[in-house]
Amino acid sequence: MRVTQGCFSFLPDLTDEQIAAQVQYCLDKGWAVNIEFTDDPHPRNTYWEMWGLPMFDLRDAAGIMKELADCRRVYGDRYIRVSGFDSSHGWESVRISFIVNRPREEPGFRLDRQESVGRNIRYATHSYAASRPEGERYADQ
Amino acid sequence: MNMQQSITVRGKDRYKSGVMEYKRMGYWEPNYEPKDTDVIALFRVTPQDGVDPTEACAAVAGESSTATWTVVWTDRLTAAEKYRAKCYRVDPVPNSPGSYFAYIAYDLDLFEPGSIANLTASIIGNVFGFKPLKALRLEDMRLPVAYVKTFQGPATGIVVERERLDKFGRPLLGATVKPKLGLSGRNYGRVVYEALKGGLDFTKDDENINSQPFMHWRERFLYCIEAVNRAQAATGEIKGTYLNVTAATMEDMYERAEFAHKIGSNIIMIDLVIGYTAIQSMAKWARKNNMILHLHRAGHSTYTRQRNHGVSFRVIAKWMRLAGVDHIHAGTVVGKLEGDPNTTRGYYDICREEFNPTQLEHGVFFDQNWASLNKLMPVASGGIHAGQMHQLLDLLGEDVVLQFGGGTIGHPKGIQAGATANRVALEAMILARNEGRDYVHEGPEILAKAAQTCTPLREALDVWKDVTFNYESTDAPDFVPTPSMAV
Repeated sequence: MRVTQGCFSFLPDLTDEQIAAQVQYCLDKGWAVNIEFTDDPHPRNTYWEMWGLPMFDLRDAAGIMKELADCRRVYGDRYIRVSGFDSSHGWESVRISFIVNRPREEPGFRLDRQESVGRNIRYATHSYAASRPEGERYADQ
Repeated sequence: MNMQQSITVRGKDRYKSGVMEYKRMGYWEPNYEPKDTDVIALFRVTPQDGVDPTEACAAVAGESSTATWTVVWTDRLTAAEKYRAKCYRVDPVPNSPGSYFAYIAYDLDLFEPGSIANLTASIIGNVFGFKPLKALRLEDMRLPVAYVKTFQGPATGIVVERERLDKFGRPLLGATVKPKLGLSGRNYGRVVYEALKGGLDFTKDDENINSQPFMHWRERFLYCIEAVNRAQAATGEIKGTYLNVTAATMEDMYERAEFAHKIGSNIIMIDLVIGYTAIQSMAKWARKNNMILHLHRAGHSTYTRQRNHGVSFRVIAKWMRLAGVDHIHAGTVVGKLEGDPNTTRGYYDICREEFNPTQLEHGVFFDQNWASLNKLMPVASGGIHAGQMHQLLDLLGEDVVLQFGGGTIGHPKGIQAGATANRVALEAMILARNEGRDYVHEGPEILAKAAQTCTPLREALDVWKDVTFNYESTDAPDFVPTPSMAV
């Protein structure tokens, strides 16, 4: 399966040139660019690990692309996403977020159902990758 | 006309028994300067033939505040001058002989805090049936910060909605399940699953899907939530479906909303026809229960569409932002339903901005400060398809739900394919826009290129390539581009 979180998951994987253009778009808007990675892409896993702090003062996409390359060297077997953060009043949140790296195999999710009274079902989404301990989830690749 | 002097009768002569013209009773005060705390309403007044326009406008002020048809001595038991609404400006409507824009100021003490029902009972109460008027339309309102702050506002708001859904940087995509009526719960859930798995963020009940013989509401809710959870697991993305809780009584609505909450829905919907008080109740319930609240504007065209009579949708949008819904249908411009581009732009600004400057070309007559009230997500729905993506993004921006009902379900290869076509078209357009391309003009080219690696998009573009709805708009703003002294 293909995890379709983020802004561009339905397009073919972005090239570095395309990623740099999106990063530049964020910088031109005055947003801080942030790189995050995870090995558990559960849809409710909000807090991916941060690759350093959001780059509040960096104004050149090349600098961010270098950070991304470093992150990929260490965590190239995980999901990596780039986001643009807008601190202006009334928003103060993420403005754009997109996946820039994926594990070669994406095992996806199992839906667990617990039947209850009155035809109600408690649903739980289970990340297959998270069956293994953190750090070993894509070890075969 | 604004150069006139007040002709208000003062002192004890004002209270002599009998009938007195409204403009002499204190409802026409051309020198009045509205206070920052006043509510201001702008009416389009069309007096009956032979009725003096100033008198007609003063009568609107009177009948929407303290006046009755004759002088009453009991006014003297009150601070009557404060409570009288004051018409302070009357302008002829440009290019519309016989109609006048009346600006009327109301003291804040005339209104109960936080109550749309109370506000509207005055402003659009008796006065709309007043005999000396041929027609009357409420065009716009200025709501003072002091009043705005008495309302909860949108239960969730655009930013928190995006955070909860983990979706940023692009419009959200939805579809209304079709056919509107007749599907069983099980079949209905199938449509929801296919559309969500294919790439949409939301599906939606239609306004008239409540609890009918072919599908009772519990059946729909249970099958829909199965579909939502399946689609979430299949894609790794948060999904939702607007479960319509509109019902005959508040008790029924609460029961349905509680059930939606219990089974794990993140969004419910209501119809405008349930009424302002019910809407405010549901907004409070939604805030308390972490629920996004979608409003379908069913019924609004009965009073918003004609230029000379009724209530402009921009006023309804303002009331709904106060009342506290998170989504509101606000027009598509290019789709099948009424929508002049400039007027629609005005509605969108009212939903999404922190401050609306006066912009006559958009039909916005007043500066409006929203005082950090949450923003509300406009929804574009009705006769739109993937081939229009560049126009939709240009006209409606990023914080909007684009709803392709027929444009998803009518895809020749099925619902998933339809959903995928829309999602790919959208992502390709956002990518191109952010890269700085002239996406509005290069739109068809961008879509064609994306379709090279996406067969469903190519098929969608082929099927709907020539579909447009170009009709004359019935509700465009009336304004003169540069202010002039109209005589």
